[in-house]
Amino acid sequence: MSSVIFFIAAIGAIAGAIGVVLVRNPFYSVLCLAFHLVSLAALFLLLRAEFVAAAQVVVYAGAVMVLYVFVVAYVGGGEQLASGAVLRVLGPLFALALAVELCIAMLGAGLKGVSSDGAPFVPGFGTPAHIGTLFLTTYLFPFELASILLLIAAVGAVVLARRRRGLEPDEQLEFRIDAPRPAYTGTMAEAAGVRPRPGDEPVGATTSDPVPQQGGW
Amino acid sequence: MAIGWYLTVSALIFCIGAGGVLVRRNPLVILLCLELMLNGANLSLVAFARMWGREDGQIFALIVMVVAAAEVTVGLGLVVAIYRRRLPIDVDELNELQG
Repeated sequence: MSSVIFFIAAIGAIAGAIGVVLVRNPFYSVLCLAFHLVSLAALFLLLRAEFVAAAQVVVYAGAVMVLYVFVVAYVGGGEQLASGAVLRVLGPLFALALAVELCIAMLGAGLKGVSSDGAPFVPGFGTPAHIGTLFLTTYLFPFELASILLLIAAVGAVVLARRRRGLEPDEQLEFRIDAPRPAYTGTMAEAAGVRPRPGDEPVGATTSDPVPQQGGW
Repeated sequence: MAIGWYLTVSALIFCIGAGGVLVRRNPLVILLCLELMLNGANLSLVAFARMWGREDGQIFALIVMVVAAAEVTVGLGLVVAIYRRRLPIDVDELNELQG
């Protein structure tokens, strides 16, 4: 039974990974990655890593993928870019060579543990209680460091993605209405003659000093 | 299932991700392929934790997930900044830093 689930999850994970690379539209790539992550969480469950599987689904397939979807929706698909001719040939070749090399290195090493089913199962292995105990005792320093890293990343993302110079040149903050107004409804500046009324000739304007703005305020 | 099967799957996922980083040019997809590589490494870490019967590898996998989340946040912030400045979203065009 566990081998059936393993093969289903493994094929799902590898198919999702291939989909991420091959699909042209980045939005579908993100969906493929979400599928890949859920399949990987099933593999984690088979390896008795309950907490890691739950964190994978909640943090990765939930939060990070939502972030990706938002950015893809904001930026758009982009052009259908084809990579350079050299990398298009050499990239898959390099990946294939790396896969063969890794498989030889791991499976041909003759390690006894690799061909076994793993250590005998201890009840409570991989539960949140055990993981939490380890995080707060042995691995307290990496735990705190990870939280500081997340804080730095959040601040850095805000600094990188904020607006720097106000509005872009072709953006308008407010729309000015140029419809004619009834009399006696102008501003105090117009009544005092500091600013021209919408329909009037500019007050005190000479021919040598044309006032460019004719629109209403 | 033997641990070697899990390690084979993790190696395949890692290599697919590495090939994707080399082949694709959209920085969003490159970030996704980086996620694939990190997930392949995570799977082998969890498999080794199962092999030894200790949870240290799972701790390592969780820390890797935290680092991946931080990397994604900064990377997507960069993509949004590139888009705001009307630059092409293409890693081959963004080569001003190569000196």
